[in-house]
Amino acid sequence: MKKFLTVILVITLAFLTACGGSPSATSSPVSSSVDSLSTAPGTEKIKIGLVQMMEHPSLDEIREAIFTELTAQGFDASKVDIDYQNGQGDMNTLNSIAQKFVGDEVDMIIAIATPAAQAAAAATTDIPIIFSAVTDPVDAGLVGSLEKPDRNCTGTSDAIPTEQIFTLADELTPGIETYGFLYNQGESNSVSVINDAKATLDAKGVAYIETCVITSGEVTSAAQSLIGKVDAIFCPIDNTVAYAMPNLSQIAIEAKLPVYVAADSMVNDGGLATVGVNYTQLGVQTAQMAAKVLSGTAVADVPVEVLTQYSTVANKDTAAALGIDVSNYTK
Amino acid sequence: MSMVLLRGAAEQGFIYSLVALGLYLSFRTLNIADLTVDGSFTLGAAAAATLTVLGHPILGLLAAIFAGSLAGLVTAVLQTKLKVQPILAGIITMTALYSINLRVMGNRSNLPLLREDTVFTLFSNLLPAALRGYSKLALSLIFAILTALLLIVFLRTRLGLSIRATGDNRTMVSSSSINPTYTTTVGLCLANALVSLSGGLLAQYQMFSEITLGTGMVVIGLASLIIGEVLCDMLFRSPSVARAILAAVVGAVIYRIIIAMALSASVSTSDLKLVSAVIVMIAISYPAVRDQYRFYRLRKEAQKNVDA
Repeated sequence: MKKFLTVILVITLAFLTACGGSPSATSSPVSSSVDSLSTAPGTEKIKIGLVQMMEHPSLDEIREAIFTELTAQGFDASKVDIDYQNGQGDMNTLNSIAQKFVGDEVDMIIAIATPAAQAAAAATTDIPIIFSAVTDPVDAGLVGSLEKPDRNCTGTSDAIPTEQIFTLADELTPGIETYGFLYNQGESNSVSVINDAKATLDAKGVAYIETCVITSGEVTSAAQSLIGKVDAIFCPIDNTVAYAMPNLSQIAIEAKLPVYVAADSMVNDGGLATVGVNYTQLGVQTAQMAAKVLSGTAVADVPVEVLTQYSTVANKDTAAALGIDVSNYTK
Repeated sequence: MSMVLLRGAAEQGFIYSLVALGLYLSFRTLNIADLTVDGSFTLGAAAAATLTVLGHPILGLLAAIFAGSLAGLVTAVLQTKLKVQPILAGIITMTALYSINLRVMGNRSNLPLLREDTVFTLFSNLLPAALRGYSKLALSLIFAILTALLLIVFLRTRLGLSIRATGDNRTMVSSSSINPTYTTTVGLCLANALVSLSGGLLAQYQMFSEITLGTGMVVIGLASLIIGEVLCDMLFRSPSVARAILAAVVGAVIYRIIIAMALSASVSTSDLKLVSAVIVMIAISYPAVRDQYRFYRLRKEAQKNVDA
């Protein structure tokens, strides 16, 4: 017992001395951390920590666009060191990544997707955080209002234009009386789109039925349960459903039901059509905001940006199978 | 590896040590592989976060403890009364908890606490400004030590001894007027209460609760527990409850430090699961390797004696 207690004591002491030895990095202002960088003389680079929640085609697209646009804005590899870390969908890892960035005294954190941004916001209150693909930044607690960021966070929102999607649906397949919503309630991104969709349809007086799934394997039976009850299916930006999109579209085609989705990747996998977010443009906008902050603009003076351009995409094969004309929206 | 990362690893380690303590109770003491943990961890986070949003962070932790013991109770009833196999009982409760956790968070999958008062911010406000950088470390350490001490005291009470005896020898216990159904139930409730408290603390620490927070928690908890046990084994000849419990806490911290070290050594996060699997493998196989080494030395010595 004695030996063990000694070991614990030594470990604790080591911690306390080590922690006491370095001034609390969290409280040091960003400007001074730039001066104290321990890089070779003359090559004081700006350090950016980039954290992405998980591997995902849309999120990867955003990241690539950020890299490209930062270079185009003059923050190329000679000036900026980007430490890219991927959370692999694990919340615990996201916390450690955020703490690593704070410990490395980065000058800025770029966070892709909501949990990544929240983990970063919990880890530091003074290093600027530029987020991307956060559907509802106010709801996520990152900003008090879109116009005036009141914390150290600002960035871009990938709010889905649900209204435009339903307008497109009315144009392609008129006379829809009931929509079937198919999504995973465990994905916050989906839930916020669904809430929007409900508000839009309530205003229009159109009915809807909800079917929720937890795993991709349940999508097939969930879709079958909707057949006969609805005139069209609507799926938000839902990763769970996205994985099973080929199955879903097969069932829908057999039942002659149009499937409207909220992501263009889901159209590629067999969904009928969407008015979707252009993730490259989202990444570009994010990088431009990051460049602004890096050039000295205060975070509070950089309002959250929502996408200005959406692109309408439709799947030719699905449309042909359902006998719908989408020639206006396909190349 | 930076100090902030190391400190963060220690903070998280102390918080996760409650999971390790819960698993010590169910896995080691009662000899039950309880998979409820993945669900009850999130349940604690959800309950604590919901009440924190309403302005009651401390009440939130109490609610987490209460909700966690309810989850443990369900698993225990499935096991003891309905004769469901322990692993299956845990899986059933864990699955049900997914839906319940969503309900608890008000049908949201992500509940931010960035603008709320948490136990960590409240505690930090109590301290002088110079010490605030260490408030999270101090508070998580206090929680870990208090819980460990309470658990040590509890396991020495009559009920605690009965729980330990149940895991050791069920047949003997039931023939000596202890009701194994009762002891198993109390053990599982307490184990899940600890796990749930850990979840509640983590939600307030990282300032948000997420529906996927508990995924893989059983593995993390077991890894921490086993690392601690190996350490305990290296340092003592005869293990006792107090030592095993202290070891579980230290093991949880060491596990987080290893992960933080891997991160700062730029191990890709996609390899992190492999890293933790290797840690668990080394920790589990350590006793076997040690025994083989001892046997090898013994044989060599015996050979020498024969030669002499």
